[in-house]
Amino acid sequence: MKDIRLMKGNEAIAEGVIRAGCDGYFGYPITPQSEVLEYLMATKTKERTGMITMQAESEIASIHMVYGGAAAGKRVMTSSSSPGISLMQEGISFMAGTELPCLLLNVVRGGPGLGTIQPSQSDYFQAVKGGGHGDYKMIVLAPASVQEMYDFAKLGFELAFKHRIQVMVLSDGAIGQMMEKVELDEQVPRWTDAEIVKMHPWATTGKTPDRERNIITSLDLNPVKQEIININLQKKFKHIEETEVRFERIMCDDAEYLFVAYGSSARICQKAVMLGRERGIKVGLLRPITLFPYPTHELAKLAKQVKGMLSVEMSAGQMVEDVRLSVNGAVPVEHYGRLGGIMPAPDEVLNVLENKFIKNKNYELHTH
Amino acid sequence: MSYIPTREEIIEDHDNVVYERTCLLTDNALSYCPGCGHGTAHRLIMEVIEEMNLQADTIGVAPVGCSVLAYDFMNIDMQQAAHGRAPAVATGIKRLYPNKFVFTYQGDGDLAAIGTGETLHACNRGENITVFFVNNGIYGMTGGQMAPTTLPNMKTATSPFGRDTETMGHPLKITELVSHLPGTYFVSRQSVHTPANVRKAKKAIEKAIQYQKLNKGLCFVEIVSNCNSGWKMTPLESNKWMEENMFPFYPLGDIKVPK
Amino acid sequence: MTEEIIIAGFGGQGVLSMGKILAYAGMMQNKEVSWFPSYGPEMRGGTANVTVIISDERISSPILNKFDTAIILNQQSMDKFENSVKKGGVLIYDPNGIVRHPERTDINIYTIDAADEAAKLGFKKVFNMIVLGAFLKLKPLIEPEYMRKGLEKSLPLRHHGMIPENEKAIELGKSKVHEMLVLS
Repeated sequence: MKDIRLMKGNEAIAEGVIRAGCDGYFGYPITPQSEVLEYLMATKTKERTGMITMQAESEIASIHMVYGGAAAGKRVMTSSSSPGISLMQEGISFMAGTELPCLLLNVVRGGPGLGTIQPSQSDYFQAVKGGGHGDYKMIVLAPASVQEMYDFAKLGFELAFKHRIQVMVLSDGAIGQMMEKVELDEQVPRWTDAEIVKMHPWATTGKTPDRERNIITSLDLNPVKQEIININLQKKFKHIEETEVRFERIMCDDAEYLFVAYGSSARICQKAVMLGRERGIKVGLLRPITLFPYPTHELAKLAKQVKGMLSVEMSAGQMVEDVRLSVNGAVPVEHYGRLGGIMPAPDEVLNVLENKFIKNKNYELHTH
Repeated sequence: MSYIPTREEIIEDHDNVVYERTCLLTDNALSYCPGCGHGTAHRLIMEVIEEMNLQADTIGVAPVGCSVLAYDFMNIDMQQAAHGRAPAVATGIKRLYPNKFVFTYQGDGDLAAIGTGETLHACNRGENITVFFVNNGIYGMTGGQMAPTTLPNMKTATSPFGRDTETMGHPLKITELVSHLPGTYFVSRQSVHTPANVRKAKKAIEKAIQYQKLNKGLCFVEIVSNCNSGWKMTPLESNKWMEENMFPFYPLGDIKVPK
Repeated sequence: MTEEIIIAGFGGQGVLSMGKILAYAGMMQNKEVSWFPSYGPEMRGGTANVTVIISDERISSPILNKFDTAIILNQQSMDKFENSVKKGGVLIYDPNGIVRHPERTDINIYTIDAADEAAKLGFKKVFNMIVLGAFLKLKPLIEPEYMRKGLEKSLPLRHHGMIPENEKAIELGKSKVHEMLVLS
């Protein structure tokens, strides 16, 4: 029988990481994601699977505990919300430099600064363009439902170890706090220490006579070597761009206008698509599931089909830059966003699309 | 007439060996300045790990500072941590590998300035890790700037007229501080500038490693060391200055021992 | 079938848990459900609200500004959500503490004296179940057996002894809901 539960997004991902065979969670409370740590503590992960759950003294300490565990080959993670993720950028950059796999969750709230605890999508740049120092990318997964919060725990760990990269689940306060149905799957066993030695020969598990010592470091003072390290990192990111793009098309086949939105904005736009169809507007939605790698080619294809694209995000216009890069001027691209923790309503975004592309003649002049 | 061996034969005869470098130090030439105490501290820790046969069970964490490249010299699995974060990194490792021997090797800027929070909390939680803390009262790697442990009136690149405690604060006795926390099990301060001190330091290091197996809390060994380059002295002068100025402020000996 | 509901009142009135029980019951009856709460400092003594959607189809937006039904339990929520009810939709409110009654003429308005009824029972905790009963009378989306399963799922085990009281309160609510006559 299927195991179906009603869960908050934050609880679903906590259950998800346990079942994905996570070895350690290190985190620090912050609204609106504290339920992750609370759930893991309440469920007694140590007794259930042997997973360690630990409340650290800060987000900085959390991410470096993750670094230590990841460098020793374990499936480890942390979670936080925007201000805490800003604090973690040092550790994330170090993990990028050492190519350590880990799962990170950002349940985004509005900024800048302490901002608000209400939902926002204003950390897109930080997540997708590299929030810390240096040339690096993370794989960024954008769940739009509680089920995806659950599913992306396992997917996140798989991708993290497949590519030795940090995977960030970029959620927001709405997805984290809301409850929906979740279908749970089987427990993935945690790796044994012997399996880790075999599967991850790079991990610092203790130097045995049969191999050289393992060193996890991002430091190389020789510029020639450091350039090679960087070139190899870029090759990996390129490979990920070629192989790991994920997106969902909703009523795109005959669409004349397109919403582009991720996460909770995509849910709002999905409703707006239905309302639009009722009004006789042929509108569709492209929902990027991976924000890095971005569905650039899919948008370029759709640019040949539609008359206009509206990027809807709870930000002042961050993802819209990637939409514009993808279509490269082939079609008008507009942005609509609400700020400060306010979520737009479905009819609100539909009205914007209608006004910008259909009622406003100025836009007609720019179309093909 | 008995055979008289050649010089080479005498050297090669293993029975004549009175001292050998531990195989847990690599062949890489140390990057430390001649006269610096880091090399001796590295050797002592590696000797003890070899003597206790812990190589396969050891994971070390290197800091940012002069010993950032410690992993070049220590023939064990090592991670290089961000500045100050070594105790958090070691916590992550030890929690996931409770049966491994996990240690950090940190300088004063790393441990007692930027990493104070990580240090205090790892000590306070009683993480079963061992912290080796090399205190020379200065930032050596970056060129002799003021450290949290710089003595009052001591001149550095960023306190060129001497450390003015009114505006620059007082030197931080972090070792005494952590000794008061219930999470620390063994806290000791040593030096490695004379053979006698080297022997004492090695004993403290042995205890700090041995005790980790007891799972009774964090073991913390400070090594007060010279920085002849940063202090702008010859090695001999710096050792003398250390005895006359550092030791009165940072007295040597065990600070907290198991009951 | 898709029913989009807002439940709004004071923190502590059981607004969020009423929504949760409804969502759980819907789920047990094999419906698609979503529960989206207000959260944060608002909850601590201030207003609390939750959007619950019960549907036969995959739910698109869990975030809405127009509702089929508004369940309103204080004046601030009345001011905020009266105009969010879809034309022809339902507004249920407890008149207790309401100084400005709803004025719309294009929706169906009902009252439930849940606070009074709960006080009469001497069991204030079932206030929200009386309100839920009123809703279920008007929108019988959930079969009673699934309501029971919803209660079982959403109440912690130590409170399962209270399930019969909760069910009685739901039945009481069903019998006490009154339609307001709209003078149009």
